[in-house]
Amino acid sequence: MIHDIEYETMPREALEAIQLRRLQTTLQRVYATVPFYRKRFDDAGFNPADMKTLDDLRRVPFTTKQDLRDNYPFGLFAVPMDNVVRIHASSGTTGKPTVVGYTARDVTTWSELMARSLSAAGATRGDIIHNAYGYGLFTGGLGVHYGAERLGASVIPISGGNTKRQIMIMKDFGATILTCTPSYALHLAEVAEEVGVDFKDLKFKAGIFGAEPWSEKMRQEIEKKLNLDALDIYGLSEVIGPGVAVECLEAKAGLHIFEDHFIPEIIDPETGEVLPYGETGELVFTSITKEAFPVIRYRTRDITSLNPAPCICGRTHVRMNRVSGRTDDMLIIRGVNVFPSQIESVLMEIEGVEPHYQLVVDREGTLDMLTVMVEVGEKAFTDEIKGLQHLEKLIAKNIKEYLGVSAKVKLVEPKSIARSEGKAVRVIDNRKL
Amino acid sequence: MRVEQISVFLENKAGRLAEVTRILSEAGVNIRALSLADTSDFGILRLIVNDNEKAKQALKEGGFTVGKTDVVAVEVQDRPGGLHRILDILRKAGINVEYMYAFVQQSGDNAVIIFRFDNLDEAVRVLTENGVTVINGSKVYTM
Ligand SMILES: [Zn+2]
Repeated sequence: MIHDIEYETMPREALEAIQLRRLQTTLQRVYATVPFYRKRFDDAGFNPADMKTLDDLRRVPFTTKQDLRDNYPFGLFAVPMDNVVRIHASSGTTGKPTVVGYTARDVTTWSELMARSLSAAGATRGDIIHNAYGYGLFTGGLGVHYGAERLGASVIPISGGNTKRQIMIMKDFGATILTCTPSYALHLAEVAEEVGVDFKDLKFKAGIFGAEPWSEKMRQEIEKKLNLDALDIYGLSEVIGPGVAVECLEAKAGLHIFEDHFIPEIIDPETGEVLPYGETGELVFTSITKEAFPVIRYRTRDITSLNPAPCICGRTHVRMNRVSGRTDDMLIIRGVNVFPSQIESVLMEIEGVEPHYQLVVDREGTLDMLTVMVEVGEKAFTDEIKGLQHLEKLIAKNIKEYLGVSAKVKLVEPKSIARSEGKAVRVIDNRKL
Repeated sequence: MRVEQISVFLENKAGRLAEVTRILSEAGVNIRALSLADTSDFGILRLIVNDNEKAKQALKEGGFTVGKTDVVAVEVQDRPGGLHRILDILRKAGINVEYMYAFVQQSGDNAVIIFRFDNLDEAVRVLTENGVTVINGSKVYTM
């Protein structure tokens, strides 16, 4: 279902004309109102008046997460605080959080984009949306909430936690759309099984899962265990929150980026050079309608590619492929780029192996050594040494085959991989470079 | 004729085996037989205990990966050639022994050996046909 037929299916030419006009306005506005941008543009010798075509965007300097931190908390706001009606922040694993603000119109824009996202999953006013994203400074909970209300659906603001109670409520209230992180979806399936609730007896038809990277294999597992269509959603608070891009139910192949509000680019993370459609690199966003917290060529550090092919759903907006990694997680092992998410995909392809792993890189002499520690769960365990040795060899062989890098595989006990604030530490780089 | 064995995954680092025995002793579980097989990185501890469910539960709660396998307990005459006779019977029947280890207690005058076979039913049939005593689980757990 398409929520906004006019904008979501707009011919490319008309869409690009709107993008250019909105981009020009945004650049002029941040230049006039945000000292940081004015200085950054001046230093780069860029004048917003020079913005004649969309291609000129590549002349605009990038903005990074560090720039956001340096201007903590409100330094990059482009409107007076009087006009800010909402503040969110992303949890910083290191140091201060990243703070973002919204005007009343920004909240409306965001709600509209989330209504589009929910519609893309087939949601209508008649649906009951079980929203298990966390409510609070994190944008997930309130983002879905406002979108659901704008769509006219009934939203259950359950937030996170107390899983057994959640299962009782989704059953009793007859929820039809589930929104949460993909890992929480799998956790729900486990707990449902424990308490004897079968998802086949529930009314869910679709789920929108995001806020963390996941894989096609996880999609299959979620769809099977939860008996629904599982769709990927993308967003980050710096850009607006959830609702930057979403998969359509019709194709389930890449996420349509709402290009009438955000201009995506893919760049080479090393050189900053813009890459053509289809090539993999770092995703960069420029917001072109936001008032309180516009972002200009913001480097997301997410690795993906863009697909401009027409989609069967009728949307004309370009699709981004699943995020396959983060530039800050990227390891270069003997000249090969390795992302932890790629190792995760390899592990998940092997029957019985769970994606609990850690990569350790050492330098022996001049040679980089990659060790992949994999926790042995019950399904992969056997009482015979040769069975486990076979598993080690199979993992190493598949890593070599898919990633082109040799790795030593070491099986470890469950929960032995360090976790910080509940999140597994995926990479330990012992190289002194 | 089957005996249930539990197996535990251990990393090759100091104190892991002692952690298992500590957990089991605190849970009041009695170890009847035990064998550790290991490589340079990891080991597999195999145990026959008096209460499998309790042992498994306690170890899982202690964060260990635990598996269950059926093995066979065989009486072996406690004299020269006793074990050889049994291995010979198995070899002639083409039955492969995955691994084996000794039981602490004797059964009367006989020693008890735990065998792990790929094809357990076939192994038990061959052994009993050749007059070898296979001890059943309930007896083994309380020996
Ligand atoms: Zn589509």
